[in-house]
Amino acid sequence: MNPTISRRSFLKITGLTIGVSVTPFGYSLLNAAEKKDFNPNVWLHITSDNKVTMYIGNSEMGQGVLTAQSMIIADELEADWKKQVQIRQGGANNAYKSPILGAQITVGSASIRGFYEPLRKAGAAGRAMLVKAAAETWKVPESECKAVLGTVKHEKSKRSLTYGQLCEKASKLEVPQNPPLKNESEFRYMGKPMPRVDVPEKVRGKAVYGIDVNDGNVKGLEGMLYAVLARPPAYGAKPASFDQAAAEKVKGVVKVMPIPMGIAVCATSTDAALKGKDALKVQWDKGVLPDMDNAYVEKLMMADLDKPGAKVHEAGDAKKAISEAAKKVEADYYVPCVAHATMEPLNCTAHVQSDRCDVWGSNQNQTLCQDMAAGITKLPPDKIHIHTTFLGCGLGRRGFTDFVPEAVILSKALGKPVKVMWTREDDIKHDRFRAPMTHRIQGGLDAQGQLVGWSHKTSAISIMKPINPNAIKNGVDYYCLWGLWDVDNSPHWNNRIQYEIPNLYIEMLMADLPILCWPWRAVQNGPNAFPIECFIDELAHAAGKDPLEFRLQNLKNNKRATRVLQTVAEKAGWGKPIPAGQGRGIAQHACFGTWTAQVADLSVDKTTGKIKVHKVVAAVDCGPVVNPGPLVEQIESGITIALSTALKEEVKFAKGGAASTNFDQYHIIRMSEVPEIEVHMVKSTDKIGGIGELGVPALAPAVANAVFNATGARIRRIPLTPEIVLAALKSK
Amino acid sequence: MISLNVNGKNYAVDVSDDVPLLWVLRDHLKLMGTKYGCGIGECGSCTVHINGKAERSCAISVKEAKGKKITTIEGLPENHPVKKAWIQEQVVQCGYCQPGVMMQVAALLSEKPAPTADQIISKMDDVICRCGTYLRMKKGIKTAVQMTRKEGK
Repeated sequence: MNPTISRRSFLKITGLTIGVSVTPFGYSLLNAAEKKDFNPNVWLHITSDNKVTMYIGNSEMGQGVLTAQSMIIADELEADWKKQVQIRQGGANNAYKSPILGAQITVGSASIRGFYEPLRKAGAAGRAMLVKAAAETWKVPESECKAVLGTVKHEKSKRSLTYGQLCEKASKLEVPQNPPLKNESEFRYMGKPMPRVDVPEKVRGKAVYGIDVNDGNVKGLEGMLYAVLARPPAYGAKPASFDQAAAEKVKGVVKVMPIPMGIAVCATSTDAALKGKDALKVQWDKGVLPDMDNAYVEKLMMADLDKPGAKVHEAGDAKKAISEAAKKVEADYYVPCVAHATMEPLNCTAHVQSDRCDVWGSNQNQTLCQDMAAGITKLPPDKIHIHTTFLGCGLGRRGFTDFVPEAVILSKALGKPVKVMWTREDDIKHDRFRAPMTHRIQGGLDAQGQLVGWSHKTSAISIMKPINPNAIKNGVDYYCLWGLWDVDNSPHWNNRIQYEIPNLYIEMLMADLPILCWPWRAVQNGPNAFPIECFIDELAHAAGKDPLEFRLQNLKNNKRATRVLQTVAEKAGWGKPIPAGQGRGIAQHACFGTWTAQVADLSVDKTTGKIKVHKVVAAVDCGPVVNPGPLVEQIESGITIALSTALKEEVKFAKGGAASTNFDQYHIIRMSEVPEIEVHMVKSTDKIGGIGELGVPALAPAVANAVFNATGARIRRIPLTPEIVLAALKSK
Repeated sequence: MISLNVNGKNYAVDVSDDVPLLWVLRDHLKLMGTKYGCGIGECGSCTVHINGKAERSCAISVKEAKGKKITTIEGLPENHPVKKAWIQEQVVQCGYCQPGVMMQVAALLSEKPAPTADQIISKMDDVICRCGTYLRMKKGIKTAVQMTRKEGK
């Protein structure tokens, strides 16, 4: 895969190029031939050899973005997918910034919901220009010409010209800003399952990930060095001593260099760097909070719930409504840290030269990579060339590119290309985890069992505080609250509690702990959906109502939530008998503009405490569907990873730092634990929503609710390990 | 110098005996299809065949691999049923773990051309896929078994 195209090399190519220029005020379509120094964000480039090349600015991490975004353009362009279309990863460029997120970043399930309309218009504009070019050539009305699979045809005279033949002439035309779009019935690719373009090279073992970048596959990296870092075992720990000479004696080690992130060992191969690191025998001081372990974290965050928090949202008078309610329910919940643990450990390769800096790697945030590299090298951003490879999973982790400065600092200091690799131990211990949360919810029901008040206090480790304190408003970090609450007009679309609650109060605290956190697939929608959907189940039980019925009763005006709940209920056979000893649970959630409901069926072994999930049925309403195959894969994938967090995953802390290091201690779900998964798409013409993260939030509460259904035990924390399940069964 | 036979080719590499085969394949022979995932033989991303058996290249030293027939994902034929099935069933997502996964499956099928569900699980529980493509892997294995059967006829 050609990782990037520079403006210069682009201008050398003749043909028709359409770009989309994104500004804070919207976007406009531009013809690259019109404006010489213009760098559009999404390219559809037609050349005289009749090829259509698309440059995609979002990162490919298996979600199928290269395919889906190209399908949108190709469909509206009426290009021939099999014969004409070529797809390339774009570089870092301001114009690739997401119209809704304001950065070139692949997060927030935003690649399709953000680019659906601009890409359709970009394709349609190209088609309109090619048709116009043909009509002018033949001197016939445009209305008599039709674009069909890469060719413009004039039926009356039986003439036709290919896009390749027309591109030069079309490039001289003005770009229409509002070209006519296809009707859904005319879609050639969208809505039909298309094989992902990245699959064959991945299966052949030829796909290049960041960690694979070397002088064998990238020109100019000859003489590159391989680096690993000894990193502080506790938060804030500083090296007291280390044996530089011993490390430098190791064959292949070129340089030992302390940098702010740790002590770097640079060598001619990875194995030499690893041996050098072992030889360092670093002694570290105790760090900023040496007493911190798991019990410390949980205790502190539970104690936060007894303190007053910062007000997030208030509607009506929740306190009064609950105190006057016919029935009151109160419960506390805990969701611990989980690690991203992407299969490709973090890494970055940089080559700093006097007049340019090249950065290769798997990253989800080209804008931040570029800013960080520019800050270190003092080069202007247009001299920082970001080459995005395939990503060995992302889960949000690669959206914070703290792995980039290390490579840039070392390359700048050593004057050579340097690849920094995080070992698996580094990758887990020094992850920025999914933020842990505690919750205290009080709810009130009237005599008819209707929800009248909800008071919600939560404590979370702030995601934004360590990197952008300005993002904290009046003591509130909204990133921690998604799924419960978000700001008005949020670009993340509807990450709020869905229930119609007349009296609602939400407050939050930011836990005073040094643990670094960062969005993890679905961000905090997972840790917020868990208490909300478990508590709704508790309220339903208190009201003496069926959990599905109670949800529907409190979502009367929510068409899309109602639709997914009814669909999942029908498909899962909700209300029908289940095998003896099994339990069934339900949950719903909305995030990033999409709605889902899930039903989980499971058994609990009462002697071992082991949960076996048999089946998960999901219903999804995301509006229009671009590529249905990968969409279903994303839901399956979200459910699977969420089940891993529901049953197994919890980062261990000891002596002031993360103690989990590798997969022998940090357990991740494996094949035998994955249930049958059924995904049902609700046919919907509503606004298009995101898909990449949606599978996650509803799963853990559906499982916990099913455990209650099977055993009568309410477990208000995850992971539901055998030990925790057994303890809950005993204390029931 | 250590001599290695990888994908039918002989190589001589200047490394010490104790270096894990994984790093020799990747850094010295530039065969980047074999992936580093954990370094302790827990995840299976680095799986290669040594004399036809699936082994974790991160947990085996280059000395132990010397003189044996090593096959990496690049050496698994393009028309191998596992590769074909993996494309047909669109098994991969990020794809990082999949070379190792496919090598694990290929070794399983060469030993047991029609494995039972339990035999599949007992081998496949040794690999980790963070994207959670396990259900697609099961489908891929089923398809590969059918393809092998048809080819055998």
